[in-house]
Amino acid sequence: MKKEMTMPRLGESVTEGTIVDWLVQVGDHVEEYDPICEVQTVKVVAEVPSSFTGTITKVLAATDDTIAVGAPLAEIDVEGAVEEAAPAAATAASATPETSAEPAAPDPAPVAAAQPAATTDAPRFSPAVASLLAKYRLHADDIPATGHQGRLTRQDVENFMAEEVSQPAPAAAHQAPSPVPTPIPVQNTGFDGQLPGDIITPGSSVRKAIAAHMSQSKNEIPHGWMMVEQDVSNIVVLRQKEKANFQKREGFKLTYFPFFVKAVAQALAKHPRINSSWQNNMKITHKQVNISIAVAKGDELFVPVIKHADDLSIKGIAAEINRLASAVRNGTATADDMQGGTFTVNNTGSFGSVASMGIINYPQAAIIQIESIRKAIQPTPDGRGFTFADMVNLSLSVDHRLLDGVAAGGFLKDVKKNLAAYGPDSNLY
Amino acid sequence: MATIDYLQALNQALDEELAQDDTLTVFGEDVGAPKGGVFNVTQGLAEKYGDLRVFNTPLSEAEIAGLAIGLGVSGHHAVAEFQFADYILPATNQIISEAARMRYRSQGDWSAPVVFRAPYGGGVGGGFYHSQSTEKVFVGQPGLRVVTPSTVRDAKGLLKSAIRCADPVLFFEHKRLYHSIKADIDPDEEILTPIDKAQVLRQGTDITVMSYGITLQYVLQAAEELAKSGIQTEVVDIRSLYPLDEATIVAAAKKTGKVLLVNEDNKEGGVLGEISAIISEQALFDLDAPIKRLAGPDSPAMPYAKNLEQAFLVQPDQVKQAMQELAEF
Repeated sequence: MKKEMTMPRLGESVTEGTIVDWLVQVGDHVEEYDPICEVQTVKVVAEVPSSFTGTITKVLAATDDTIAVGAPLAEIDVEGAVEEAAPAAATAASATPETSAEPAAPDPAPVAAAQPAATTDAPRFSPAVASLLAKYRLHADDIPATGHQGRLTRQDVENFMAEEVSQPAPAAAHQAPSPVPTPIPVQNTGFDGQLPGDIITPGSSVRKAIAAHMSQSKNEIPHGWMMVEQDVSNIVVLRQKEKANFQKREGFKLTYFPFFVKAVAQALAKHPRINSSWQNNMKITHKQVNISIAVAKGDELFVPVIKHADDLSIKGIAAEINRLASAVRNGTATADDMQGGTFTVNNTGSFGSVASMGIINYPQAAIIQIESIRKAIQPTPDGRGFTFADMVNLSLSVDHRLLDGVAAGGFLKDVKKNLAAYGPDSNLY
Repeated sequence: MATIDYLQALNQALDEELAQDDTLTVFGEDVGAPKGGVFNVTQGLAEKYGDLRVFNTPLSEAEIAGLAIGLGVSGHHAVAEFQFADYILPATNQIISEAARMRYRSQGDWSAPVVFRAPYGGGVGGGFYHSQSTEKVFVGQPGLRVVTPSTVRDAKGLLKSAIRCADPVLFFEHKRLYHSIKADIDPDEEILTPIDKAQVLRQGTDITVMSYGITLQYVLQAAEELAKSGIQTEVVDIRSLYPLDEATIVAAAKKTGKVLLVNEDNKEGGVLGEISAIISEQALFDLDAPIKRLAGPDSPAMPYAKNLEQAFLVQPDQVKQAMQELAEF
């Protein structure tokens, strides 16, 4: 039988939403909870999940239409379902003009008639329930309420979450396992601090992945920080001497970054503790030294991996960095290019940074930030005069559950030693 | 192991401390031989330790408190008894302005490490002067600890800790607990209850109830009954009325998000309001219901007529009903 998909309530005091994009079309089969369209409200852009499993038979609103809460969005032919009374929300909406709106003829949305229905039964939540709904991005209507006069209680939400964790919804099965279950597509997220003129843009999937990854790292890993400085005048001289020939021969530029990646990879081979991971109260020590590097593309960030960096020469590392950066920017990077990192070297110096506190690339145990090389006046080795030197700061963040100051200091000491070992005749190959 | 009641536990605490602390004296109206206190808390102690260490005083509460403070300042320990918590008011100036401020006022040179004992609470047909809860007069006075035991074990352990405490301690005893609760206590066990800690007496996941005194007994009883219908109650014995054990209180409130506070005193201006404020400040986003207080009416305590006295007092069925309603909220 045919059922009507209506505009869900998208937040307290939200009475209407504008269709940003249809994700299905007539004839498509949808599972319950599958997103059918994206809707923008004054508060949020959200995906509207299907309430039913079945086939889309009609799309009742066009992109850019503004639709009242409770008004119909689509018609779904639900296999095996029997006729039943329309849900209350749909009844309320049937009085509004959009009920018969055709997708081809979008109306502006006079929605006043639907407003009372949307607001009079707006539930009031206790602080505990409100914060749980926001935290787990749940919609109150999805959760059975057992409190006095149908109030949704904290235990109702907690019980709902416990069930969701033990029985993941089929629709969520393809998602990567996540410590914070989000069983229902986002419907109700408050938007703090919104001002007139603000532009609200949905996060791209890459941005959302970055956000989740960063939050997980900062929430789970107690970060410890340490910074050392190193005179790299020797590397500046070496690069200056080699860069013209290098570019001619290899076809790409010789930057400073490969020198640092090489020095770090060598030190990691000597300090396996740093090249490790803390998971489930166990320490995983990696044999491979695979260096993650950050590559920006627009306002998105990708972290491809230089495999077995400790086996590569300066040229080998430079070539791999060049290949990975191009692949990311051209969209040709493979899954394998992005996997298997054991430690991250971040080239913060390229933005002019002189000190920064990196967020560890979860579940790695540490990240090093290579800061700007800058001219500085340094004492001469005999302490009797001064000289110009090219100085760099190396900022290390470590997982303090696994590593402490001694381990971090010992590792940085070897990185410094490796950097100091470069000379004007060092071999790049 | 011997079964003793709350009053015997207090007597044992005084006996043990008199035996081990030569500087300790115990005094008050009718405290000495032969009576041993109007409720017999000090019975037998004058005979055992002599009239110089356990003795009677005139009917002058300001003097009883002043004597204790003087002894404390000069390096002694003292337990001064006010025969009823109602009688304590003439000594308020001594207790608040002298005992509580002594260390602060003398920059730590002097202190008054003494105990003021006072039986409180109604339901004994005592009328106005023998029934009141006067704790709210004294809580919120920095420098003065206010504690009350609500179990037999704490009656002993908390009084011993109060005597050994470096601060002045006002020690309230609910007079209807004297003989109504009993427990097995090993007479050879040295019991020292932490003086500034609340105690979780029962673990639960549905509602949290905090109380002290006789009403705590009603809470425990109701918790037992409600458990049969599946309502699990976290029960907290407040124990230290000032300063309050914020950590235990907030943790227990957060655990269920539904908090009921119960005491016998008037609802307004008392200990419960302060607890409620602490929970509001520190646990708002874990709360699933308004913080509820069940307490005496806001009228003077306490009528003499039996029916009116019972009308004033928080009753066991009211406690149970309030707990049930909160669970169902």
